[in-house]
Amino acid sequence: MKKAFMTGNYAAAYAVKLADVKMVAAYPITPQTSVIEKISEFVASGEMQAEYIKVESEHSAMSCCIGASTAGVRTFTATSSQGLLYMHEMLHWASGSRLPIVMVNVNRALAPPWTIWTDQNDSISQRDTGWIQFYCEDNQDILDTVLQAYKIAEDQRVLLPAMVCYDGFELSHTSMPVEVPDKRDVDSFLPPYNTANALIGLEHPTTVGSLVNPDLYMEFRFLIQQAMENTKHVAEEVAEDYSWRFNRNYSGQVECYKCKGAEVVIVSMGALSSEAKEAVDRLRKEKLAVGAVKIKLFRPFPKEKIREFGSRLKAFVIVDRNVSFGMEGALFTEIKSSLYSLDEKPKVLGFVAGLGGRDIRVRDIVKMVRKAYDAMANSKKFPDEEWIGLRGEKL
Amino acid sequence: MSWIKQLPKEVPLQSGTTSCVGCGAVLSLRLALRILGERTIMVIPASCSAIIQGGYPDTSFKIPVVNSAFASGAAVASGIVSALRIRGIENVNVVVWAGDGGTADIGLQALSGAANRQENMIYMCYDNEGYMNTGVQESGTTPFGAWTTNAPKGKILFKKDIPLIMMEHNVPYIATVNVSYPQDFIAKLKKAQSCHGFKYIHVYSPCPPGWRISANQTTRIGRLAVETGIWPLLEIENGKLRLTGPSQRILEEGKRTPIETYLQAQERFRKITPENIKSLEDWIEQSWKRYAALQKCTG
Repeated sequence: MKKAFMTGNYAAAYAVKLADVKMVAAYPITPQTSVIEKISEFVASGEMQAEYIKVESEHSAMSCCIGASTAGVRTFTATSSQGLLYMHEMLHWASGSRLPIVMVNVNRALAPPWTIWTDQNDSISQRDTGWIQFYCEDNQDILDTVLQAYKIAEDQRVLLPAMVCYDGFELSHTSMPVEVPDKRDVDSFLPPYNTANALIGLEHPTTVGSLVNPDLYMEFRFLIQQAMENTKHVAEEVAEDYSWRFNRNYSGQVECYKCKGAEVVIVSMGALSSEAKEAVDRLRKEKLAVGAVKIKLFRPFPKEKIREFGSRLKAFVIVDRNVSFGMEGALFTEIKSSLYSLDEKPKVLGFVAGLGGRDIRVRDIVKMVRKAYDAMANSKKFPDEEWIGLRGEKL
Repeated sequence: MSWIKQLPKEVPLQSGTTSCVGCGAVLSLRLALRILGERTIMVIPASCSAIIQGGYPDTSFKIPVVNSAFASGAAVASGIVSALRIRGIENVNVVVWAGDGGTADIGLQALSGAANRQENMIYMCYDNEGYMNTGVQESGTTPFGAWTTNAPKGKILFKKDIPLIMMEHNVPYIATVNVSYPQDFIAKLKKAQSCHGFKYIHVYSPCPPGWRISANQTTRIGRLAVETGIWPLLEIENGKLRLTGPSQRILEEGKRTPIETYLQAQERFRKITPENIKSLEDWIEQSWKRYAALQKCTG
């Protein structure tokens, strides 16, 4: 294990090299591009024994991964924003084919208006594609999550594609120290790709993806749903194994910060979770029993974990760096939905913030928590959701 | 007819498929698979050929077949080519079998990308000149003047010339084939099989329900297409264009059968006006002039 100073994109590229990926197909898009630049250097220098196909679009990038995975090799691609949206059709194709493809999506807001800055609307809009979705907090998390994503996706109880998401620029282009595990240790954690996962072979020819009627279609979908359910405990197993091997302290679905004895928790995803922790520290100094929960695994959604918290908390403060127009932030919806089956429901406050790279400061999060306390004290009716950090807003 | 006897008897396609009666695509597919043999992996984007496999869990194919989304045939095949190379699996034909929509329209980007990368595959476009699987709609390769369900008065644009577009990709081999000329078909596919890199085969595929012809007219229409010059048989080998066999013999103006013979044999041209017939004739003459010039300057 050696420590190096690197960007989030390089952390992803190093993970791909360590994972012995054999086929990479990708198309350039900011802020993802330096992931594939680094990989192309690894391939060109022979450090990585892989083929890198310079495709003509993201649709073809995912199609290439699908072809190669169908024929039995470990594959990777990376994209952002518009590129992810352009892949949309093939995302469904990958999960429907049950191919354990892993991709990185560097979160970037959608156009128009054109922007290259971060928010999570790109990947959130792909949540129903049957892909496992992870969100990372820092560059170490990126490297470790990519490696774990392969192990989880290729597990025979799962066999689903996985998307590792992290914030554009805030992580992708920001350097921080990252511990890079030794190749030998990664090899023992993640064995070579099991070619039995190939969907086609010349010895036993099969036709894959052919036509079905209503008498069969639903079962294929039910199997995906079951695999998603399995993913939750496989993710926990893999996180435990990984933590033990590489001296980390991961859990598979959610991570808690000072949640013990907390009455209010801040829920967030991605780099924002670091700000949430700082807000917790600040509020703890005021003797407020506040904790933070980071959602690592957004699909499948850890609703059982949320319910566990829900039964002993007074309020949730949800920070969404995305919005489902005409409704609310996606995390807000998921959390409320997860809590619905509880008899005694905690309060849930939703905040939309930081769209298109707008800075979310620690004091913004502190403000959200104060609103929760205000509402609890005055037993006011909670507003559905608020947008924080709009221009002209009083703080 | 000794050349027929030289073909392998085994065809890696069941004797029955769920195609329409008289389907030109299946006739071509059967002949192609007989030449390509069992060590073939076929990628089939959305098209009639997704249907003629039969429904899961049955299949009419005895080779591995990968269905793919409409726009992605050449890209999925690129991934397979790469995976086979990585795994050291050799002597396999990776073949895309796509319709004209999946090739000339929605699939053109992936096709161009794969050709430009010189991916080692054979891309076969069976051109039935329209979106037949969705009920006969106009595509980029529908001929001028032909009726379709969304061109009730006949198409007002001319057919896209995909083989010539492919020529500009500097691929080692391109050919047009027509199952009414099986010897020419076989020779070209064998040639494609023998060279490394990206190979493109454009297959004439009469569609009885879409062209409004009787099921027993498929091969006759195919011959008329060549004799009238609306479907030239050609090959482009390492950039050298050459009209082959029956088309080479009718290179000179006046040797080609008048286009009316072809049009009258198909209900889809029933409403074509005399002016439009003239326009189509002019277009055919122009194309032939271009082929003749290309044959002269590249040959």
